Amino acid sequence: MDLIALQKSLREPLLLGIEDLLAYSYDGTAGIEPQKPLFVAFPTSAEELSLLLEWAQTYRVAVIPRGSGTGLSGGTVPIANSFVLCSSKMNRILEFDPENLTILVEPGVTTVEIAQKAESVGLFYPPDPGSMKISTIGGNVANNSGGLRGLKYGVTKDYVMGFEIVLAGGNRVWFGNKCVKDVAGYSIKDFFVGSEGTLGVFSKILLRLVPKPKSKKTLLAVYSSMEQAAKTVSQIVAYPILPCTLEFLDRTTIQCVEAYAKVGLPQNAEAVLLMETDGHPAVVAEEAQIMEEIARKSGAVSVTIAKDEQEALRLASARRSAFASLARVAPTTILEDITVPRSRLAEMVAVIQKVAVDYQVRIGTFGHMGDGNLHPTFLTNEKNHEEMKRVEKAMEVIFEQAIALGGTITGEHGVGTAKKAFLEKGVGTGAYGMMKSLKNLWDPQNILNPGKIFS
Amino acid sequence: MSTKTLHTLDFSILQQCMHCGMCLPTCPTYQETKLEMHSPRGRIALMRAIAEDRLELTETFHEEMNYCLGCLACETACPAGVDYNQLLEVSRFEAEKKVATKKPFRSLIRKGLLGVLFSRQWLLRLVGRGLWIYQKLKLQEMVRKSGVLNLLPKLLKEWEKKTPTVQVPFSCDRMAVLEKPKTPSRYKVGMLTGCVQDILFADVNRDTVDVLLHNGCEVYTPPTQGCCGSLQIHNGEAKWSEYLASRLIQEFENQSLDAIITNSAGCGSHLKNLHSLFEKESESYVKAKAFSSKVKDIHEWLVEIGYKEPDLSKENQTKFTYHDACHLCHGQKITQQPRELLKSIQDHEYCELKDSQVCCGSAGIYNLIQPETAGIMGAHKLENIFKTGAQVVVTSNPGCMMHLKSLSQESQVKLEWKHSVSMLAEAYRRSS
Repeated sequence: MDLIALQKSLREPLLLGIEDLLAYSYDGTAGIEPQKPLFVAFPTSAEELSLLLEWAQTYRVAVIPRGSGTGLSGGTVPIANSFVLCSSKMNRILEFDPENLTILVEPGVTTVEIAQKAESVGLFYPPDPGSMKISTIGGNVANNSGGLRGLKYGVTKDYVMGFEIVLAGGNRVWFGNKCVKDVAGYSIKDFFVGSEGTLGVFSKILLRLVPKPKSKKTLLAVYSSMEQAAKTVSQIVAYPILPCTLEFLDRTTIQCVEAYAKVGLPQNAEAVLLMETDGHPAVVAEEAQIMEEIARKSGAVSVTIAKDEQEALRLASARRSAFASLARVAPTTILEDITVPRSRLAEMVAVIQKVAVDYQVRIGTFGHMGDGNLHPTFLTNEKNHEEMKRVEKAMEVIFEQAIALGGTITGEHGVGTAKKAFLEKGVGTGAYGMMKSLKNLWDPQNILNPGKIFS
Repeated sequence: MSTKTLHTLDFSILQQCMHCGMCLPTCPTYQETKLEMHSPRGRIALMRAIAEDRLELTETFHEEMNYCLGCLACETACPAGVDYNQLLEVSRFEAEKKVATKKPFRSLIRKGLLGVLFSRQWLLRLVGRGLWIYQKLKLQEMVRKSGVLNLLPKLLKEWEKKTPTVQVPFSCDRMAVLEKPKTPSRYKVGMLTGCVQDILFADVNRDTVDVLLHNGCEVYTPPTQGCCGSLQIHNGEAKWSEYLASRLIQEFENQSLDAIITNSAGCGSHLKNLHSLFEKESESYVKAKAFSSKVKDIHEWLVEIGYKEPDLSKENQTKFTYHDACHLCHGQKITQQPRELLKSIQDHEYCELKDSQVCCGSAGIYNLIQPETAGIMGAHKLENIFKTGAQVVVTSNPGCMMHLKSLSQESQVKLEWKHSVSMLAEAYRRSS
């Protein structure tokens, strides 16, 4: 392995010290054994990125592409004989084109920078994953990240117009362009969105922007049963109104939020629904009123419409502090993200609550009711091996039930290492086989993020 | 505390970090370097590796612990409520102990500064007086002009540039032990004069007492009090810190006070948590807890008791802005109260400062031991200050003020630096 020659052709130093390696031995996922890479490299250009992938192929060293390391499926945790390819020094906005509503960026640009850049001229980049203040766009595209606005605005893939990708061995290929319409040949770019670094590494990404909605209204409804909240959501959607946010908290989460943040939710509440609608002020005002009526008719104990921005923030604080409130309860917090068709969401919440009782584990559930994406959050202690076994069992049952209800094992976090054992069951043997053959075709030597997605 | 190490510390404190990365965007050293080791999450990973025997306590670890500003912005951002401050104190203490044996000269200087000078207020005052004479006789100017300073090593030369201006008389000569308001007393409070504040910003201490009197508080100021020990604990010297804490507690014992007031963010953050220095349930712990529960930052206290708004008509004489000291906004979560007080000063125009809650690089003695990084942080801060167009910059920590003032002297824009309490005290004077 000629590291000295490699170093000479790179601008940034390779990290080799044990302390540095320890700092790149994990990501945002709980309960995965940390693993040190051989070294960490920071490419500063597409050329350097290409060179590193060529080097990796030559010396048969696995590549772990990584942005800020906030992933929640173990996708950027190194394996033995691997090096980390970190995008944090490829962080330039290359071109901002409001006329064509596009922005061209390097993969290490953070999601929030893109959102702010768009907002500076009245445009909007809607995907807002929970870690958007630090997550990189490269990571977002590689995981097809979601966020709170899925129902109305879709997810990351809906905003990717094109990219340059570096393939195993170092070849660089462009897919897509600034055209809204383009049917020239296969739409191969969709294979790479959500490929979790197993098919290639992005070096440039072209994103689509939309006009920023002019106004927004926030509502908070409290219910004595999850079914009432679910009924509210399905009737709003059937009306038809497409709110930008429909977020819920379950009983355990409400209790934890009250214990920590004291936002004034009733202790006996079974569900809380945070709703937001955005768009033209006149339409927004009308929609908010209809949503309030529907919530009341569905049996809400109380419904509040925010009068101003400040009250909107106050109403949203219950949802915003949900994860923090849960995370403080126990030393280990495991965040899952099963997704079911919207109409089956209440059923799924009931299943989770039953599983928690059956396996004697604490699970708080919150998530995106509008798109059926739930975050059952296990509150446990990784040092308690007996309890961890029950957590794993409970998780398995939850995955199986989600699949049985026509859902998926992951809505926005990705498969990584955490869920690879369930993928085949989740997508079916046929689809799984095709995914694997694609991987074999484009990365025959299994250099790119091996050990992820597939078991 | 002095016996706690990463191995003996309650492991759940380390485990509480779920390495989600939410701290990264708020960490000044991560933002500067984009390297994971220089982030809170990276540092905790190293601490945990040591606790789990996957890493020995190395020289790099020691350096890293000192590279951290200790600004606690990560604690504000942390969704899981990790007690980073405690982790950092334990790590610095352990690292210092291990490395001290290898670097005798370094430990001698530290011992001289933190253990002897800052632990004896009479000595600090003596040095302060000497420095005052040196500055008054314009000897400092002469020495600086003579070029003799070029003989000093680089670090010392940097330090010399930062020599602050001493204010005589010191606090003890500016206020009586007990001062009573003109109106009937509503409360009786103790006044902490600090160590640096006492010598360099004695006028701020006087202003604090004036503001308290104006708001109906009777003020008790023991003249013999000294350093609270926060500098020591932030630099891994737990034993000295314990000693100073015990002495300070004694000074305020048996006074039946409603509150003990501090006007220095760093001291307040440390003093509110004083009991954590001692073994749980020990006599010292109980005493420290009683003391801590009374400590109030001046802004916090004034808003709590309902302060008198200065009676001034609305004018825009000068534009002023406010820089949040880390140990006030992150260490004590006090952000609204100073703004409320400042906005009540109607005859000046208040404006917000961009990134006001990002550390300026002063961070205790950080600007002395890491001048380069501290300079970069300070430059970012000054840039934002200049953008506001403010002529007056207000903050509430002597460290921030000294650091930024010394950096700003090199620029063209002339700024006036003020403690928020002085700003309020002057407003009261104008209105009466």
